Amino acid sequence: MSQSVSPRRTALDALHRSLGATMTDFAGWDMPLRYGSERDEHNAVRTAAGLFDLSHMGEITVTGVQAADLLDHALVGNMGSIKPGRARYTMICREDGGILDDLIVYRLEADTYMVVANASNAQTVLDALAERAAGFDAEVRDDREAYALLAVQGPHSPAILKSVTDADLDGLKYYAGLPGTVAGAPALIARTGYTGEDGFELFLAPEHAEQVWLALTEAGQEYGLVPAGLSCRDTLRLEAGMPLYGHELSTALTPFDAGLGRVVKFEKTGDFVGRGPLAEAAERAEKNPPRKLVGLIAEGRRVPRAGMAVVADGEVIGEVTSGAPSPTLGKPIAMAYVDAAHAEPGSKGVGVDIRGTHEPYEVVALPFYQRQK
Amino acid sequence: MSNPKELRYSKEHEWLSPAADGVSTIGITEHAANALGDVVFVELPEVGATVTAGETCGELESTKSVSELYSPVTGEVVEANEDVVNDPSLVNSAPFEGGWLFKVRVSEEQQDLMSADEYTEFSGS
Repeated sequence: MSQSVSPRRTALDALHRSLGATMTDFAGWDMPLRYGSERDEHNAVRTAAGLFDLSHMGEITVTGVQAADLLDHALVGNMGSIKPGRARYTMICREDGGILDDLIVYRLEADTYMVVANASNAQTVLDALAERAAGFDAEVRDDREAYALLAVQGPHSPAILKSVTDADLDGLKYYAGLPGTVAGAPALIARTGYTGEDGFELFLAPEHAEQVWLALTEAGQEYGLVPAGLSCRDTLRLEAGMPLYGHELSTALTPFDAGLGRVVKFEKTGDFVGRGPLAEAAERAEKNPPRKLVGLIAEGRRVPRAGMAVVADGEVIGEVTSGAPSPTLGKPIAMAYVDAAHAEPGSKGVGVDIRGTHEPYEVVALPFYQRQK
Repeated sequence: MSNPKELRYSKEHEWLSPAADGVSTIGITEHAANALGDVVFVELPEVGATVTAGETCGELESTKSVSELYSPVTGEVVEANEDVVNDPSLVNSAPFEGGWLFKVRVSEEQQDLMSADEYTEFSGS
């Protein structure tokens, strides 16, 4: 936070400024927070489409005949079972099972993977992969400088992207990626996102970012596409119940504590980092969970924020990890870890301590929002 | 954006209208509204309450943050804008007009209020 180095700028920095973006420092990057009203941007992604610059995300390429073996050892998921052209949500943990980061891993070819880490954790993930690669015939490469990342998200995103690419988008399933050409630029086109909507993420060379952004903007005009900043990305992912590292996920938690134990594949062959402690965490989560991740919906209008105490009967029973006014629900919402005794949807008497006042909240199952398919 | 000439401004980005029958209207500036982002919750001082120049008297909550509301004057609150409580987006759409916050029967002003030109220079917009 108090680093004296100036923040890094994406290839689209000048474009964002020309669009009047409010910029913010995010994980050492100067990123667009919003261009106008973040609520309008949020609603555009839910009903039409939004265009994001996500070039701060950290790409790491893993290649070699033992690339799959390395990732099966280093990550908690079964990476060898991913078919080329498909992607998977997974995590990298410490020896003690604590979460280092959550990741999307694309298997580009049989012996080539791209690991996408959060900006704030990219160096940690890179270092961990490099260390864990010892003894494997595989290479770990820092490709953060090699890619800009644009995302077009929302129900109209397929129509918009189709007008600037010949790639077979209809054949591209959710969590799949294929190489193609977008607005004349080579790109990896992935059907992934962090908004709860259908959408695409485009990994491309930074020097092509502007031409692709402009082409998507033009193609999106008739569909109501708007530039969208990190502020609405946060409310979109929160409504969709998606965790954010540093909020719902941390080194103090295992995937089981976060309710995401399904990403840990004990049945895969070979040992993997964290297996023993994770097996214990799995048992604990099943028999005697300490706290559970739940959704909270406000009855009033005050907004819960990360770090606020969740209370019941005057006792602290949990902590808010993320909170925001939900544009879709029209009410403040939050994700929170609460004691198992109060974690059932409909639990009575639960509130959030908002600057000394206990505001009533309804406990609900996540997500808050799910798109109609 | 332009800051209306007839208003005066505080360093906390509130504006104050000229008194009519001893009552001034108070709001936040467009610069402040833009910095906050979409305002989603407004808590105003109650009618009849006494506010003190330079002290907090309410709060404004936006998507990303919560900010305290400061009073640029000392006096008795004679009206709070219920429209803005019901529709906080008025603070963003019309900060100098329909998005006004409360009215005070002024007994004392803050010493260092700025003119529109001074505030424009102070806020950089």
